[in-house]
Amino acid sequence: MREEIYERLTEVFHDVFDDDSIEIGDATTAADIDGWDSLTHISLLSAVEDEFDITFDMKAVQGLKNVGAMVDLIEDMI
Amino acid sequence: MHKLLEYPFDSGLIRRKQKSIRRELLSAEGLLEKKVAVLGGSTTHDIITMLELFLLGNGIKPSFYESEYGQFWQDAMFDNEELKEFAPDIIYIHTSNRNILSWPQPASSEEEINGMLEAEFSRFKAMWEKLSAVYRCPIIQNNFEYPFFRLMGNKDAADVHGRVNYVSRLNMKFYEYAQNADQFYINDINYQSADYGLARWSDPFFWHMYKYSLCLDAIPYLSFNVANIIKSVYGKNKKALALDLDNTLWGGVVGDDGPENLELGQETSMGQVYTEFQQYLKELSKRGILLNIISKNDEENALAGLAHPQMVLKKDDFISIKANWDPKSVNLVNMAKELSLLPESFVFADDNPAEREIIRQQVPQAAVPEMDKVEHYIYAIDRSGYFETTTVSKDDLRRSAMYKENMERMQLENSFADYGEYLKSLEMKAEIGSFIPLYMARIAQLTNKSNQFNLTTRRYTQEEIEKAAADSNFITLYGKLIDRFGDNGVVSVAIGEKRGDELDIILWLMSCRVLKRDMEFAMMDELAARAEKEGIKKILGYYYPTAKNGMVRDFYDRQGFTKISEDEAGNTVWALDISKGYTKKNHVIEIGEVETE
Repeated sequence: MREEIYERLTEVFHDVFDDDSIEIGDATTAADIDGWDSLTHISLLSAVEDEFDITFDMKAVQGLKNVGAMVDLIEDMI
Repeated sequence: MHKLLEYPFDSGLIRRKQKSIRRELLSAEGLLEKKVAVLGGSTTHDIITMLELFLLGNGIKPSFYESEYGQFWQDAMFDNEELKEFAPDIIYIHTSNRNILSWPQPASSEEEINGMLEAEFSRFKAMWEKLSAVYRCPIIQNNFEYPFFRLMGNKDAADVHGRVNYVSRLNMKFYEYAQNADQFYINDINYQSADYGLARWSDPFFWHMYKYSLCLDAIPYLSFNVANIIKSVYGKNKKALALDLDNTLWGGVVGDDGPENLELGQETSMGQVYTEFQQYLKELSKRGILLNIISKNDEENALAGLAHPQMVLKKDDFISIKANWDPKSVNLVNMAKELSLLPESFVFADDNPAEREIIRQQVPQAAVPEMDKVEHYIYAIDRSGYFETTTVSKDDLRRSAMYKENMERMQLENSFADYGEYLKSLEMKAEIGSFIPLYMARIAQLTNKSNQFNLTTRRYTQEEIEKAAADSNFITLYGKLIDRFGDNGVVSVAIGEKRGDELDIILWLMSCRVLKRDMEFAMMDELAARAEKEGIKKILGYYYPTAKNGMVRDFYDRQGFTKISEDEAGNTVWALDISKGYTKKNHVIEIGEVETE
């Protein structure tokens, strides 16, 4: 399950940052990826929503510390 | 246009693929570079990234100035070195009802509300006037979307205390300003948000999370509309429709079903929906859009269909009718040639996906809307913004008639053995003079639209045209041509810049609708006469090749100039000595004051 989420999430990252070499893991944060600023963060979240057909609410989005937390959240919602 | 950037949009996918779409579009050649300042009352980041895509899709390569978050007013009103240095070609002010400073209160009197309205409007007006004085460029301003809540419910619309009412009144004031201002355009987010769905458009999540005044998925629609205004300002609108007949203009196949059995007219719902589509097209043609037909049919059958008594569009509403069995791509290219238009000026409307695909493959410059369901034909064309209007010139309203007259001229031409005799039979009269206020808008429009008969392809804003007209260092000329078939309007523009006793022709263009009429000789005669009067001894002409202006490579040669230099890129410089006089070359056009209709 988690593995499958990671697979799809990696695709999203590749598209949004236009870089197929990006690898992500639980500890990945914005600091690790070139071009991940507060503004692309918005595009990223909406692309994740589209990919998994989920909608984040304000509370959930604000707590995200790293990719691992994002995957937890996705896991809960699908 | 990139497939993902065609209406309707998959916003998520565009956002996700934004970087790769951008890369792809940037690789196109001949992009027109423009500087766009975006002054926002809320976050503008995604609005700009989407605007960039849509402008690139229209052949415009933008660079951007982005105001700091929410600083639209301060950026405009106070000294702004950065913006001055940027020197915008166009300014877009992205504001929303989140930027309205005060709202009517339940206890407010009518006078207080009027005062409030006036104060809010004045704040914006002062900003527009300041921007227009300092930057002298076109301004695009959002109107206001309706509030996403209604304190009084339905009464909010009619009562002066209601926010819905207040927004409506404020918008009306914006429109009045727009009606009287030059180069000021309203981006109608009020309509866009209604069309999109106000509740989704104004989802407060995006305001409170990111300070976006609209939801992320609506942003492509907003940016698309802004891009449409910009491409229209720079003359990149479509000009003509190439329409299919069977199951596009009427229901049924005329060759199989017979004209009497077509679905058309008020008797059936299917007939009504085709009739409504035809009415829409008729309205477009009144606004200057050229209607044409490309149909796989025997001509006889096509004409029998067009003669159907319930047709809103008659045979005479079409400029060119191609009913044959040749590939539609071949017909489209030939049609463009006949009308002296580029294929990229066409919208190809056909219910058959296979035909659409052929055009996409073979004539990729043409626009091809998805015409899947007859009840949505109007949407498919209307929402694509092909014919976005920013200025309406008298010529636009007469355009269909002018092209029709051109077709008649072509028929006349074929009946003359001698071309000179034919030209004389046209009884042409020209009015040639320095730029005058009446034509400034048309002149600027021509400098941005003319690609083929254009020696230097310099683009001018109306502002720059007016400046050149007022500067005695320039000789400016416009030429208007009328003949026995009608008024062609302003068709040629030239600007010469004096350098001592020499004159550089920095701009010379002509509309292709008057090709081979000797108008260019009449223009040169007048330019030489004026130059002589001002003590000019030598006229210098410049030709800068582009992908589209090959037809004027030898223009100065034909005008009797001598080539004095040519570089590797094919740029040529030509000279004509007029110190010992100049021989007139036009013998077929009478020069003088033209009677206008």
